[in-house]
Amino acid sequence: MLEVRNLVKHFGGVRAVDGLDFKIQQGEVFGLIGPNGSGKSTTVNLVCGVFAPTDGEILLDGIDLGAIAPHNRVDAGVARTFQNIRLFSELTVWQNLWVAWRDQPGQEQGWVSNWFGRSPARRQEIQKLLEFSGLGDKADHLAGNLAFGEQRRLELARAMASKPKLILLDEPAAGMNSAEIKDLCQRVLAMKEMGMTVLLVEHVMELVMNVTDRITVLNFGKPIAQGTPIEIQNNKLVQEAYFGSAENAHGGVS
Amino acid sequence: MTYLLGILQTIGVHTLLGLSAYLLLLTGQLSLAQVGFFAIGAYVSGILTVIFSWNIFAALALGSLMAGFFAFLVGFPALRVKGLMLVVATISFSEIVRLFFFNLSWRVNVNGVEVGPDSTQGFREIRYFAANGWEQIHIVGLIWFVVMVVMLALWWLDQVRAGAVLRAVGTDELAAQSSGINLTMVKVAAMTGGGVIAGIGGGLFAHSTTYVDHHTFVILLATFAVSYPIIGGLRSVIGTLLAVIFIQGFIIEGLRFMGDYRNLIFGLLIILVMNMRPQGLLDGHLVADIRKLLAKLTKGGKADA
Ligand SMILES: Nc1ncnc2c1ncn2[C@@H]1O[C@H](COP(=O)(O)OP(=O)(O)OP(=O)(O)O)[C@@H](O)[C@H]1O
Ligand SMILES: [Mg+2]
Repeated sequence: MLEVRNLVKHFGGVRAVDGLDFKIQQGEVFGLIGPNGSGKSTTVNLVCGVFAPTDGEILLDGIDLGAIAPHNRVDAGVARTFQNIRLFSELTVWQNLWVAWRDQPGQEQGWVSNWFGRSPARRQEIQKLLEFSGLGDKADHLAGNLAFGEQRRLELARAMASKPKLILLDEPAAGMNSAEIKDLCQRVLAMKEMGMTVLLVEHVMELVMNVTDRITVLNFGKPIAQGTPIEIQNNKLVQEAYFGSAENAHGGVS
Repeated sequence: MTYLLGILQTIGVHTLLGLSAYLLLLTGQLSLAQVGFFAIGAYVSGILTVIFSWNIFAALALGSLMAGFFAFLVGFPALRVKGLMLVVATISFSEIVRLFFFNLSWRVNVNGVEVGPDSTQGFREIRYFAANGWEQIHIVGLIWFVVMVVMLALWWLDQVRAGAVLRAVGTDELAAQSSGINLTMVKVAAMTGGGVIAGIGGGLFAHSTTYVDHHTFVILLATFAVSYPIIGGLRSVIGTLLAVIFIQGFIIEGLRFMGDYRNLIFGLLIILVMNMRPQGLLDGHLVADIRKLLAKLTKGGKADA
């Protein structure tokens, strides 16, 4: 459903992404891993339109995303989270979802009530998503006052609020403890269950190895391997580039 | 009485200027174009009542719509710049507007009298209110009615999704864009709304003072406009109103004996607020502090008794 063809992004002399190809199937959890600075976040930013690519194409269900303005990519079905949490900290928890909210296809409210309405039905839907995210009792708290793990969950919920087909998670497990990582595993699998396609950028191997269907490994902006989690774990090239040596490849955390 | 009404008049008009800047600040835009919109509202509505003998309400409405239209036009190029560059760009706009009216001469003979903007001499005799039997109390009433309507509208905006979106853009543009918000649309809308509010303030000002010229529309006025929401904080519109009352009622009127030193105090106040309470002086914390202080005082009072 997402196809990246020969994607290139240079920042001055830095070749952040340097000829990247991959195809994500509908309903798949696709891992994008690689050492620090290998171009993972840049790839996410290119798909979301934060940067324009130097070269290459990004197709969503065959449609060229390059022709779609960044904010309209959300309506095209792309949502994301950030490596460094970026919430609307001055807004309440439920307002964070309200801003990003898109109604179910076929049940969209009109322009006026979308912007100037306060539909209780929508508020209930938002509450449901908050319950799902374990934030049901925090709806009226300021987002900036949440604990770290809660902020991560809220950011994930905000991405889900726009009813995406494809959701890009940039290191969602960074800074989490092992209980939170287990919880996140369940959440990602639940999102897959709901029919979302997931692009997961992650260093935390426990998460990557447990939830992804396929993985692409990046090094210096170039893909060096692609395969199932098992194949990647046993790939010599990957072990050298990413894990440093073969010994600690099964160590769990990068 | 007249003195008090005069102060109320000033506070009302400045509140409109402050609310206009408040709406823009919600989206994170620090604009000094408000005085330009204010000038457009003043001249357009003045010309309409004086030269074309329009009814005041129609003239105020068209004046503020014209200001809103120019704000809309300014919005697009202004969006390409941020922070300090936006400040510079909006100052330039206000200066262009001021110099345009400084040079505008449009003298017309109405009932045997020469009226209309007279370039460097200013625009005198905007005498709709006097000519139609309005007393000062009515004028002040009209100004405050408009202030209340605008405050209610901005309060209401915070109750609906549009208000949350404005604040989201003000907090984190990248996150807002990634949540599907069209930054250009939101910022231009805020700029336009701010223009409409400043424009109606300008119209009310011109008609209540009966006289405007290029000295009226200097950048200092724009500085005042943005300082109100900065001092009052962005929690609610009440902060802006309180800031205007404090600055116009206390610093400018109350400390009149200090002459130009008042501007120094005003400047110091801004620097203090920016450094010590970036969310504004009159935010939730202050309310909580005052409550605590009151609680302490009443307790102390009881102990004394
Ligand atoms: N906006 C930018 N301007 C200039 N260089 C950038 C920019 N963003 C990223 N880079 C550079 O591009 C390269 C890839 O960065 P990127 O953030 O994509 O890495 P990453 O794989 O996400 O790393 P990490 O695991 O540390 O998050 C790095 O060398 C980085 O310094
Ligand atoms: Mg990264």
